[in-house]
Amino acid sequence: MNQEALKKIKTIIPLERIFTELAELYSYSYDASFGEYLPEIVIQPKNASEISELVKLANEYLIPIYPRGAGTSLSGGPLPVKGGMVLDMTQFNEKLVIDRENLLAIVSPGVITGDLHKKAEEVGLFYPPDPSSSHVATIGGNISENSSGPKGLKYGTTKEYVIGLEVVTPLGDIIRTGGKTVKNVTGYDITRLIVGSEGTLGIVTEVIVRLIPKPQARKTLLAHFAHLLDSGHAITSILSAGILPSAIELMDNACIRAVESFSPSGLPVDADSIIIVEVDGHPAAIDEEIKQCAKMCRNSGATYVKVAETESERLKIWSARKMVSPAITQMGPTKISEDATVPRSKIPAMMERLNRIRDKYKLNLVVFGHAGDGNLHPNIITDKRNIEEMKKVELAVSEIFEAAIELGGTLSGEHGIGTLKSPYMEMELGKSGLYMMKKIKEAWDPNNILNPGKIFPEKDQKRVVFV
Amino acid sequence: MKKTSLNPVVKNLHDKTYNWTNQCVQCGYCLPVCPTYESMGKESASPRGRINLVKMAAEGKIDISEHMAEPIELCLGCRACEIACPVGVPYGHMLEAAKDAIAQSKQQKRENSHFLLKNMAMNQLFPYPNRMKFLGSTVWLYKKSKLDRLIRKTKLFPILSEPLAQMEKILPPLENPSKRLKHGTVFPAKGERKVRVAFFTGCIMDSIMYKVNRLSIELLTSVGCEVVIPNHQTCCGALHAHQGATEKAKELAKANIQSFTQSEAEFYVNNAGGCGAALSEYDYLLKGDEEWAETAGEFAKKSRDISQILTEYGPLPFIKEWKGIVVYQDSCHLRNVQKVYQEPRQLLQSIPGITYVEMEGANRCCASGGIYNLLHFQESMKILDKKMKEVIELQPKAVITTNPGCQLQMSLGIDRMEASENIRSMHLVEILAEACGLT
Repeated sequence: MNQEALKKIKTIIPLERIFTELAELYSYSYDASFGEYLPEIVIQPKNASEISELVKLANEYLIPIYPRGAGTSLSGGPLPVKGGMVLDMTQFNEKLVIDRENLLAIVSPGVITGDLHKKAEEVGLFYPPDPSSSHVATIGGNISENSSGPKGLKYGTTKEYVIGLEVVTPLGDIIRTGGKTVKNVTGYDITRLIVGSEGTLGIVTEVIVRLIPKPQARKTLLAHFAHLLDSGHAITSILSAGILPSAIELMDNACIRAVESFSPSGLPVDADSIIIVEVDGHPAAIDEEIKQCAKMCRNSGATYVKVAETESERLKIWSARKMVSPAITQMGPTKISEDATVPRSKIPAMMERLNRIRDKYKLNLVVFGHAGDGNLHPNIITDKRNIEEMKKVELAVSEIFEAAIELGGTLSGEHGIGTLKSPYMEMELGKSGLYMMKKIKEAWDPNNILNPGKIFPEKDQKRVVFV
Repeated sequence: MKKTSLNPVVKNLHDKTYNWTNQCVQCGYCLPVCPTYESMGKESASPRGRINLVKMAAEGKIDISEHMAEPIELCLGCRACEIACPVGVPYGHMLEAAKDAIAQSKQQKRENSHFLLKNMAMNQLFPYPNRMKFLGSTVWLYKKSKLDRLIRKTKLFPILSEPLAQMEKILPPLENPSKRLKHGTVFPAKGERKVRVAFFTGCIMDSIMYKVNRLSIELLTSVGCEVVIPNHQTCCGALHAHQGATEKAKELAKANIQSFTQSEAEFYVNNAGGCGAALSEYDYLLKGDEEWAETAGEFAKKSRDISQILTEYGPLPFIKEWKGIVVYQDSCHLRNVQKVYQEPRQLLQSIPGITYVEMEGANRCCASGGIYNLLHFQESMKILDKKMKEVIELQPKAVITTNPGCQLQMSLGIDRMEASENIRSMHLVEILAEACGLT
């Protein structure tokens, strides 16, 4: 760390919010992906003007800056890959205002998304994006990564709810985008550009999100299938029958087996797949809808269908899905969680391709995910200390992305690009598409200060390297 | 990784913890349940951060005593993170192995805790009468108990024990020590004999809170338990394990296993969450020991908290109404390690006339944490004061706990809020006994 710069930082931020000791630096060297990069300094800012001054200073001394929420990112978003300064935003969390009249919330970036859920629900409102990390992750992180979750099917992703932002630009200016109106067509939609920009175009310092009335009730069913293809048909027939479930989740056979051996609860280990369907809305409507969903599952060849009658039955159905992560990590310490997403009609084809990849590389590959919106989570369970296997994993991951793109899908449905998928960007966007994005980045951030090393591949980088 | 082969302490840490640290997927689900992450607000004060630091130390990237020690020592060991962890990292075991490594590493460097403790005593304790009062009462417990001698051997309190012993005189009067339970005694069941249980007296419980022990026996016999107090039982070893003196902890465990195995009891009952957790994990403590592993497993299986036995063999013979609001503060080690949280609540709600109110954050550590509140007073008080705000808001007549450390911490918290006249800090056994007309 440049000593002169450090001295100046100390005039901007009180000492107790500046960390330079080795133990503290290592504590911000990781996220929930894998990859370890040591920053030179960690700072906990508490307001926009502090951040603005830090960014200006960073431009003067050419110090990379990485905004970081709670570090739950699965794609390496906040990793300080080029050293420099990590901004731990978790302490920038004072504001959480629910504006009932305008159906919106104004929040600081460090507010935990789950707290926003709670506050909104207290007054009968609802903020739908629900990543499974929402009780840990910050809203700022969710916005940077454009997160979603099981409810994405019906309610969309984070970007559908963010209508206004305060942002510190890569040059250190404080700007506002969008505002408090749902309708806003003034000029370029910079709000949408910032959402999902993974901290490369600005540091979010205040957020305005839209809220919607909370659905009054929900109903859930579980269905077993002897053939994966049948579950695919069930999903398409539900979706084309005019019912929009709030979630359709799918688990493949490998997943079912893993969950059942981890915590035996009577899951069908010989079933090819199981799906969970949840509908929400008016009690009268959803009663009818869940019945129809059950019928369509049966018609598509489900071997077993169970509609939860009580809340505890509902929770039991979901607990199988929630058990997936712990169950599969029992099979190995390293979990490579992908989120390649395809148009929903292509889910069976994608599952087929994933099976082939599993057989070809003889890897422990399980698939679960948000089938209703085509967002699958192929997970490869391995051990990063096993170099030989990791090389196979690299190849398998590349093929997973190729398959998704070939089927008209995308590299990422909700985890973001970060460091792990940057090599494949050109595959999805094409040369010119990627060029346009790079041009935007260069125009906004001429000194490449903000979150360098993310989204865009390094020169000649063609695939992810794990070892 | 070269360094690991050079330094035996690092190698040992690597051997013991590396697989556990790799089990952590760094998802961060442990962050919201961690009391020190909440109070300190930085990653190194979180379970995920601590696991990572142990991993870094095991890889030789950071130094055990220079970098890893402080963040590890600032952990309360409440183990709430284990409950939240989706992949089941055995954090508590990792923490003990890390403490062990810190102790060895300091020994290796010819450092010991004298300097640190002395400094803390000089700067943080002696100038503050309230803190001294609190410290005094706690250290007095050690002095009175056999644990005192052991702790002194581990040189944890060489400086503190002497001046603090002076504080003995300001302690409230205790029950006549002649009423203390005598080892080897058998107390017959009142009425029909349903089961024979062996009672673990503990060291702190036995030295100062022996009234709670005596009342425990009365409650147990009143629900049909024949209670035996096994001879030659000793300290559970929890504090030793938590401070990195694993070998001593094993020695104590063996003595207890031997003592209780001879009692021919169906269950081994204790009334202190921290001790109970240690007893219930003797199987883990001795798992590598060929001679002891099996009996340790049987011992752990028979270990019960008193609330479990009273619930199973009750109802208690209540004869008095207990009017007023009570709140319950979980003992972390009872809740997170022994997974007992319903029984104490059920028992409290069964008291005639009582108004039981569930306190927000009852499952969050009160920051007593063994001797954490002595070693890290400021950090402990930050957490305690926050909890006390929840307590005061509910205006209870009593705060109920199931562990002596928590009970003392609650007393201190109530005192800090200047609410001692209105709120009592009681052990679960005490309030149950009151309602049964036992004094």
